[in-house]
Amino acid sequence: MSMKVKTRQVDGITILDLSGRITLGEGSVTIRDAVRDVLAKGSNKILLNLGDISYIDSSGIGELVSAFTTVKNSGGELKLLNLTKKVHDLLQITKLYTVFDVKDDEATAISSFTK
Amino acid sequence: MADSTTSRVSFTLDSSLDSVNKIEQTAEQCAQRAGFDEDTVPHIAMAVREAAVNAVLHGNSYDTNKHVIASFETTSDSLIIRISDQGPGLDPEKIPDPLAPENILRGSGRGIFLIKAFMDEVNFRQLHPGTELTLIKHRTPAQSGT
Repeated sequence: MSMKVKTRQVDGITILDLSGRITLGEGSVTIRDAVRDVLAKGSNKILLNLGDISYIDSSGIGELVSAFTTVKNSGGELKLLNLTKKVHDLLQITKLYTVFDVKDDEATAISSFTK
Repeated sequence: MADSTTSRVSFTLDSSLDSVNKIEQTAEQCAQRAGFDEDTVPHIAMAVREAAVNAVLHGNSYDTNKHVIASFETTSDSLIIRISDQGPGLDPEKIPDPLAPENILRGSGRGIFLIKAFMDEVNFRQLHPGTELTLIKHRTPAQSGT
């Protein structure tokens, strides 16, 4: 199953609801393009909702890191929402859990962005 | 119910992402038949997928003239997966530590780390040309049906 992205806006924050697999050749390019589109439209506060991500591999992890640094370098913020246990464990193992700002509640996540 | 029968299957595959998916699915099936639990099976499948991606992408560079060979062997005490490519060779000593502060924000370079994290043994063998990775996960006595 490939990855799908739905984009919505809440209080000036762009939320990308991701579902499916983030792997080499499937979801990784999709994330890159989605984040690039958001930045091109002038928004740099992005919340990646990973609640429906069933699988992620090292390429997918790398793509999350690249998205994080791209947004940060543009002066914006990128946060993660609703990690599944699999994704949570992978971020722990790779010591990326503390690099990302991870939230498990959308309202809390929205209010945590710099106004 | 774990299958205690020793079995071996191997494939010679194109250097493509379809091959990566086939290798991953076979690893998952072998791990299930070997009796690994529901947490361990996806870890094995992921480790094998990472090895297959390395072979297709970094080893063979998607070269249609080069192949990936994958073998899956279930013995009484282990699941043994071998993935080989026909690329320029991989020196495991030269792979940067992805947990080092200077590498933590790199967009790649975590595949071998994850393989080592999820498997009990990982061995590299130079084939001249190519690299063979051997991934081993030990079965518990209950899993091996003994």
